Amino acid sequence: MVEKESQETMNKGKFNLSVTASSLRSYAISLVFLLLMVVFSLASPVFFRAENLFNVTRQVAMLGISAVGMTFVILAGGIDLSVGSLLSLVSVVCAKLMVEVGLCPTLAVTLTLVMCCGVGILNAFFINEINIPPLITTLGTMTILRGTSYVLSTGRHVWGFPDSFRFIGQGYLGPFPVPVIIMALIFLFGWIYLGRTPFGRWTYGIGNNEEATRLSGINIKKMKYLLYMLSSLMTGIAGIILLSRMSSGQPKVGTGYELEVVTAVVLGGVSIFGGEGKLLGVLFGVLIIGVLENGMILLNVSDYYQQIILGFVLLAAVGFDNKVSGRLKRNQ
Amino acid sequence: MAQQSYISLKNISKQYPGVQALAGVDLDFLEGEVHAIVGENGAGKSTLIKIITGAIQADSGTLEIAGSTFTSYSPHDALFDLGIAAIYQEFNLVTSLTIADNIYLGKEIQQGPLLDYHQMNQASQEILARLGFSLDPGAVISDLSVAEQQIVEIAKALSHDVRLLIMDEPTAPLTPAEVSRLFELIAALKKEGVTIIYISHRLEEALSIADRITVLRDGHLIQTLRAEETNRRELISLMVGRKLGQEYPHRDNDHGEVLLEVNELTTSRVKDISFALHTGEILGIAGLVGSGRTEIARALFGIDPVLSGEVIVHGKKASICSPSEAMKLNIGLVPEDRKRSGILGKMSLRDNITFSIASRLASWFLIDRQVEDRIIGEYMDKLSIKASGKDQLVQYLSGGNQQKVVLSKLLASDCDILIFDEPTRGVDVGAKQEIYYLLDELARSGKGILMISSDLPELVSMADRIMVMNTGKIRGFIEKAEARQDLILDLASHEGR
Repeated sequence: MVEKESQETMNKGKFNLSVTASSLRSYAISLVFLLLMVVFSLASPVFFRAENLFNVTRQVAMLGISAVGMTFVILAGGIDLSVGSLLSLVSVVCAKLMVEVGLCPTLAVTLTLVMCCGVGILNAFFINEINIPPLITTLGTMTILRGTSYVLSTGRHVWGFPDSFRFIGQGYLGPFPVPVIIMALIFLFGWIYLGRTPFGRWTYGIGNNEEATRLSGINIKKMKYLLYMLSSLMTGIAGIILLSRMSSGQPKVGTGYELEVVTAVVLGGVSIFGGEGKLLGVLFGVLIIGVLENGMILLNVSDYYQQIILGFVLLAAVGFDNKVSGRLKRNQ
Repeated sequence: MAQQSYISLKNISKQYPGVQALAGVDLDFLEGEVHAIVGENGAGKSTLIKIITGAIQADSGTLEIAGSTFTSYSPHDALFDLGIAAIYQEFNLVTSLTIADNIYLGKEIQQGPLLDYHQMNQASQEILARLGFSLDPGAVISDLSVAEQQIVEIAKALSHDVRLLIMDEPTAPLTPAEVSRLFELIAALKKEGVTIIYISHRLEEALSIADRITVLRDGHLIQTLRAEETNRRELISLMVGRKLGQEYPHRDNDHGEVLLEVNELTTSRVKDISFALHTGEILGIAGLVGSGRTEIARALFGIDPVLSGEVIVHGKKASICSPSEAMKLNIGLVPEDRKRSGILGKMSLRDNITFSIASRLASWFLIDRQVEDRIIGEYMDKLSIKASGKDQLVQYLSGGNQQKVVLSKLLASDCDILIFDEPTRGVDVGAKQEIYYLLDELARSGKGILMISSDLPELVSMADRIMVMNTGKIRGFIEKAEARQDLILDLASHEGR
């Protein structure tokens, strides 16, 4: 079907090449996903059961939520490496607010999310006003946040939350786990944001051609404040789900998380240089990581091998993508 | 003198999906001939060059070079064995290396395992001297002027035993003085028996430098003419395939009130700029590259900081610190460099045209698609943008259509002070004419237009008044009635005080 589709678009002429490239990109990634589903269903009798599939989505909910924010940032030609450390800080701060300050979960969560917005503003401040590239800025705040998290917790776990707090990470609405519902809502938000709002269009614009976007009268600084704030805010939400699931605040969580999120986004076909990519692809990217991990656990593949395989899947998916769209570009 | 042909194309065809880029082209390039190729964007010029340099392969047909017949060859063979070199608009120089390093890039002279800088410098100097230039081969490229960089490109080509030199829009970045120097150089190369293929949008140049001119249109060779037996009008009608009406609109407008007043504006690049722009007026800004004309636009649009002086917009004093503030004051800019700062190439026509006004089309943060579609349709019709649809990516449009998209983006924002920096650069003859009529219509509808241009004929025909810039200062205003190209050039190129 892919071939037929691309053949047809080719025949319409060169104007449609880009469309072909981008639809192939989504096809490629969804095909990888389907392939994995089939392989694991055949290999493990448990895999395709409803409860396992819910399990997979619940596992990746946090990753998915952060990936939406990261997609915004990467589409605009930036990157946010601070999300892993932020996850840890959120876990510690929100836990302490409930346990040591004695705030109710709602207030603690609200304050924690406000703090996350502050972190996003801080990132954008260094990028906008001091002109430090996003990679270095967020590398810096990544280290600062991780340190802060250890200082605040003095390296210890914080536990003993009110029972009601469990709902966010462990509860169900009907048959659906709450984290999955939150992820779905965030993806919906991201999809509308990117496709239907002016901000979404300007996000693509900045990644595409920052100078042209600025000269079109768009306030780039404001946009970057918004984007980094959204990225931090979403990771804040992911952090709260994580805290609720683990029932204890731990400073060591989220190590390497930022790269996992970047992996999901890039796997989903978003160009690391910005300006190109679709959120639907990112959803598949997230699901592929989830399915791969889950399936390999079911098949008793050791954790070490899982990492090797995930790395190869990333290279294969992006490599395929480059070859295919590269060939189409050369044919112009 | 009966000249022998150096390269003969026989029935060359090349097809891209949906487009016949070249259709059965037969063409001879003679030894020691300057052969200009003209045609609109998309006529097949670049495809032709790419086939000659070996960058791409023709679908059918052969190339005969010095008695041997080829169906294709690699770019490496073209350069090293066949003596075919090309100089493109965008230079292929490593800007952090020296002149000698660049000339010998990839064919370094060695002494044992080490580079022999002495010999490379000396050989580079010899080549440059042969071209009549005394540049220090140890100078770093980024310190050179654009014209000097071009010389290095030519020297690099000549460091091979070049028999055929292709020049793609070589004069685009040059000042008039540099252009005449380049022409002398071309004449000298010609004497050495080098064949030169000269691609240019500037027909006057093709007519003055070339021996023969070939017109391409839609991949077909329309005609090859002797330069002295043809003229601009004939070339244009061959390129466009129809008789072109009046190239420029007739302008006789009444100017209204003052829209924009600039008093002694000074930035780091311009000094004491004072002028007024009225409704219905097209104020031309002429000057050489680097004279400060673009910098006036940058200051007014909030890109470069203003050091002193005042800008009065609609009777109110304004301080403009960013493009978004400028656009709030209804000042709009079409930037000089379309690719770098005009288009959003990987985005669709739709995304581009309503880019500046997206927030105005939104209610509750959602863009109203129906209103948007209507606006986009309106501009696609009005500017006759040729595209496969609203969702086509802008990077696949021709230069003229890309420029129309940039114009649409600006016009949609409904600004009334419009700054056009080189509005017709790299645009087809046909599209140029459409842009001229559009500018006239905008002025008639009461907008005030600042038109910056290097194309003197277009400035003289379009502008009601021309402000001539030289080394960051205004050297004079010329009224339409007195506007002549030599007068402008004289003011623009007069050295210092």
